[in-house]
Amino acid sequence: MRDSKYGKAFRAAFVRTIPVMAGYLVLGFGFGLLLQSRGYSFLWAILMSITIYGGSMQFVTVDLLSAGAGFITAGIMTLMIHARHLFYGLSMLSGYRDTGKVKPYLIYGLTDETYSLVCTGEVPDGVKKGSYYFWITLLDQVYWVVGSAAGGIFGQLVTINTKGVDYSMTALFVVILTDNLLKPDSRIPALAGLFISLVCCILFGSGNFLIPSMAGIAAVLMLLRPVLERRKEAEA
Amino acid sequence: MNHTLYSLLLIAVIGCETALIRFLPFAVFRKENKMPKALDYLGSVLPGAIMGMLVIYCFKSTVITAWPFALPELIATAAVVGLYLWKRNTLISIGIGTVLYMGLVQLVFV
Repeated sequence: MRDSKYGKAFRAAFVRTIPVMAGYLVLGFGFGLLLQSRGYSFLWAILMSITIYGGSMQFVTVDLLSAGAGFITAGIMTLMIHARHLFYGLSMLSGYRDTGKVKPYLIYGLTDETYSLVCTGEVPDGVKKGSYYFWITLLDQVYWVVGSAAGGIFGQLVTINTKGVDYSMTALFVVILTDNLLKPDSRIPALAGLFISLVCCILFGSGNFLIPSMAGIAAVLMLLRPVLERRKEAEA
Repeated sequence: MNHTLYSLLLIAVIGCETALIRFLPFAVFRKENKMPKALDYLGSVLPGAIMGMLVIYCFKSTVITAWPFALPELIATAAVVGLYLWKRNTLISIGIGTVLYMGLVQLVFV
């Protein structure tokens, strides 16, 4: 295997995924630990990391599960949080062409981090595109599954006081929001999302504000479209 | 509904929908068609706005009118943002922020 073309693709992919490994192991660990603190063993963490496989959404799912959320709320939440994946897919239409029988898995496992590794379209010389992308996608998911399982097992074995561990989800979202606020393109959308949701939370109460917030955000963003597109053009 | 069954169904719904969303572009745009401009626009602005909503979602149960007046949240969040502005490292911000918050709610604002 060492010198076969598969071995070469694997080695090249492994090197490429090292930055994601650290992130996925640590974040996955936090997810598994959080899930465990809500009474779901590491097996649930593995199940979710295989079937849902999306960081932010899995953290939100922990909350939806503990709150006993309805299926419609969960469905709309999934759509809004994962809507960006529609655009990852669109930008990989040609990149993932001619990747053979691994293509369905490449699409299934196209997370933010995996997208960041494959979107450049670079494939090392002498390596088949399909197998290179396959190993990147699979290795990333393995890191995520292993991290989340480890977090769940750790939470079960070590009796630590996990009170407050759910703040890890808040911290993750605050970091992404801060990053969005720093970028000129996403500053106004981020502020709009923050403000509309805050108003909806006050008006409709903490249990019912998600759906009005998402409707409000979509409406306001469409209204702001002329302004935001002009801004973008002015910068370009 | 039994709790385990409910959990499995909820995970199944979220998982199937996620896969559906990821497959949809490949199913719809078999050739490299131009996608509608409005979709292109929403794709560039929606992720940022939804993150704002998720942050509010995280604080939805935080009580600001009684002791400890959301102080643990304020302190930890200031640390998360401050560390991010300084180091620009996601994991450092989340790691230190979470440990700080856990310390605050377990030891300081008990």
